[in-house]
Amino acid sequence: MKEGTGFRIYAIIYLVFLYAPIFLLPLFAFNDSTIIAFPLSGFTTNWFSELMTIPALHGAVQTSLIIAVSTSILATCLGTFAARAATRYDFPGKAPIMGFIMLPLVLPEIIVAVSLLVVLLGIGIQLSAWTVILGHVLICTPFAIAILNSAFQSLDRSLEEAARDLGENRWATFWLVTFPLIMPGIISSLLISFTISLDEFIIAFFLTGTDPTLPVYIWSQLRFPTKLPSIMALGTILVALSITLLMIAEYFRRKGIQRTGGKETGGFL
Amino acid sequence: MDARTRWGRFLRSEAASGLILISPTAFYALLLLAVPLGAILVYSVLTDGYLEIIWAPTFANYIEAFGDELYRQVMFRSLFVSATVTLVTVLLAYPVAYYVSFHVAPQRKSLWLFLITIPFWTSYLIRVFLWKVILGFNGVVNTSLLTLGIIDEPLTFILYNVNAVVITLAHAYAPFAILPIFVALEKIDRPLLEAAQDLGESKLLAFWRVTLPLSMPGVVAAVLIVFIPTIGDYVTPQLVGGPEGRMIANVIQLQYLRLDNYPLGSALAASAMLIVTAVSLVFLYLNRRFLRVRQ
Amino acid sequence: MKPIIELRDVHKYYGEYHALRGISTDIRAGEFFSLLGPSGCGKTTLLRTIAGFEDVSQGTIHIDGNLMEGVPANRRPTNMVFQSYAIFPHLTVSENVGFGLRRDPRSKAEKARAVDEALEMVGLAGFGARAAHALSGGQRQRVALARALILKPKVLLLDEPLSALDKKLREQMQHELRHLQRHVGITFILVTHDQEEALIMSDRIAVMFEGGIAQLAPPQELYRRPVDRQVAEFIGVMNFLPATVSAPQGGEIACDVAGLGRVMIDAEQCPGGARPGEGSVGFRPETLTMLYEGEAAGEGGRGRVAEGMVAEVNYLGDMTYYAIRLDGIERPLTISMRNVVGRKVFEEGERARVAWDPGALVLFC
Repeated sequence: MKEGTGFRIYAIIYLVFLYAPIFLLPLFAFNDSTIIAFPLSGFTTNWFSELMTIPALHGAVQTSLIIAVSTSILATCLGTFAARAATRYDFPGKAPIMGFIMLPLVLPEIIVAVSLLVVLLGIGIQLSAWTVILGHVLICTPFAIAILNSAFQSLDRSLEEAARDLGENRWATFWLVTFPLIMPGIISSLLISFTISLDEFIIAFFLTGTDPTLPVYIWSQLRFPTKLPSIMALGTILVALSITLLMIAEYFRRKGIQRTGGKETGGFL
Repeated sequence: MDARTRWGRFLRSEAASGLILISPTAFYALLLLAVPLGAILVYSVLTDGYLEIIWAPTFANYIEAFGDELYRQVMFRSLFVSATVTLVTVLLAYPVAYYVSFHVAPQRKSLWLFLITIPFWTSYLIRVFLWKVILGFNGVVNTSLLTLGIIDEPLTFILYNVNAVVITLAHAYAPFAILPIFVALEKIDRPLLEAAQDLGESKLLAFWRVTLPLSMPGVVAAVLIVFIPTIGDYVTPQLVGGPEGRMIANVIQLQYLRLDNYPLGSALAASAMLIVTAVSLVFLYLNRRFLRVRQ
Repeated sequence: MKPIIELRDVHKYYGEYHALRGISTDIRAGEFFSLLGPSGCGKTTLLRTIAGFEDVSQGTIHIDGNLMEGVPANRRPTNMVFQSYAIFPHLTVSENVGFGLRRDPRSKAEKARAVDEALEMVGLAGFGARAAHALSGGQRQRVALARALILKPKVLLLDEPLSALDKKLREQMQHELRHLQRHVGITFILVTHDQEEALIMSDRIAVMFEGGIAQLAPPQELYRRPVDRQVAEFIGVMNFLPATVSAPQGGEIACDVAGLGRVMIDAEQCPGGARPGEGSVGFRPETLTMLYEGEAAGEGGRGRVAEGMVAEVNYLGDMTYYAIRLDGIERPLTISMRNVVGRKVFEEGERARVAWDPGALVLFC
């Protein structure tokens, strides 16, 4: 037995269990039965076509998309500033400031949700898509920073110095040299933030106004047994979308490393 | 050097540039994280009126949060669930992290990590719902076992209780645990292990005396990364926990969105944060005391 | 002739750390000037303050008569070749070389011609369309040179440009850089820790230790008349023997050198200044000669002979290095001999006679 075979078998079984529930999604999405149970009945695409006919669903999708796009842009901007500050400069209070900005990564989301709710209502701000965006940007920015940190770190410092030496000011240096070289990291960050926002439930649940996001809509449908198969169909689409976006993000991350000649360290973290 | 030069110097200095750059993000976090967290603390000591909040500072909410039998039970249950989930997740995750770090070719490592983390990026809500489907009375597990003839009646102990919550959370947070352990294992100098074996240690002993201690920072990180968010999880207990499986987040949500009792809800939230922080600090202290591993 | 760069009492602090300690010197227009020293001596820091990437804590820098205080790097008449070359990986070779011409008012065609000329000058004609990240180390260095020189700076700064190249390529580039500098005629300031490199390329070398300039001199003077032991030991190999120094008398100083006896030394052989008391003399390995059977010491009557035993032989092909233990001297001295045709190589344990010239000694007090 080759060394490590035992481990390999364990790892594969682990992966199978990890993915098992997700594989059920397409299984029952195409299953011709309103009950989610074995044995399977025939094949059908009815559940998918039914999705097309629900206006509330379409509204939720639209709301989610608007929120996700806004979140990804804002989080990436804030993340770019912060990552650059963290990797290039030393300033007083750096560690506590960075620690605080990254705090949402370890805070339970419910705490973030209720605290934002309390403040926003206290000031008298109406709950709406904007309030959800505020919450989502808060939790997406640490991820953006993590991704952009490594993008900035693999950027040779002397490249920017060379650009200045050759006569460009700080602004031109950023646009001509820095930005093109961290572009893959920016795209990665946009995609990751988009995905997180699209899937996020609890903050949206607390902070959404009259227009629910997609996860909030799904939540409202979960108590109706007849809706379950179409939820499965919706879930299949969402999972497929998330995986696709992630593969694109990974592709850009690797391309970025190749372009600046950096080294593969294995993943986002 | 005159004042103007000194000011110009400062503006161009590293510290100023750094501070200016970080300020948008820092201010955002300040306004949307620090202030709200502070607001929670403030609300927790106010009194709940009928339709509004009375500015009458009191500790009554905390007394209720810690004193009421129901809330205490929920809090202990949350701690228990989190601890169990953390234990199970980290133990199961370690061998996977070990495998990818030590037995996978370098160019394949990021592929494995990618595969492991994909489920994490898909909708959490959908995943929890899938477990409800799997563990239900008419769900996948029961109908399969019935059809195969292994059981005569559907199992009822797998859904709408603490078991279901633990299973679901352990599944959801698995990737969280693998990554920090992997990073710590990667940092271990391979020649160190070869040296240990060269000096006569068996593989198992080399692991126990060299690898495991050196990977402890990763294990500690994994424990915290799983423990802290799971204790505040809302979706899983709500969907698969049933009345016996409710956790602190559900109770908090109840106070805020149903019962409109912000002060009590805030006190519960603050207490939960306090307990979580305390437990984490105790864990870190014990770790430092008994394992004595310096980074 | 007015110097192109004037440094006056330049200090640089990083917090508590005193990186540059009162540097004052002039660099002449058109010269190849080197900053030589071990890691951490401040040579790169000094280069970067001239370039404008670091501010000076105290003191002034004038380039071509203009004070550089408050002038940022992108407005100084200097250009730099970085140690890592800093070639923009997302641009082609032509785009790299033409990067600094972006705000130049000339037409596109004229700029393209200038880029081609620059590439030709560094031996990379035809490389224009190549992607920058697909170049070898040596090619990258040439692109960095072309990119800097195309802007016709008054001063070209080079930060250890050859340290990343392998030996053969490094030697080739040393000669090419020297020719290039003569051809272009602008001032080059080179930072290096490799003393051979400095000796080959420079018109003048500033040897730096711990933030200060220990000696500033042309290569020959630096090698033959180092001002103190530290400089002497940094450049090449030197043998040292303890000596007792008497007071100078009419341009000559009497020393009692351990094992060699009384020697009369010229004042110019003591560049650091003569002081009576305990000191040491140094002499380079090539100033000692192994004498063969029947050979006499050098002409002119000043040559002296000592006897000893060969302790170690290191044959290097073109040269042989001997470690000789002279009678009466504890530590072996290093002698280098060219392996001329017909000259035999001594063996370990053999007795030998060594000729030496008092005029080759350097006195350190």
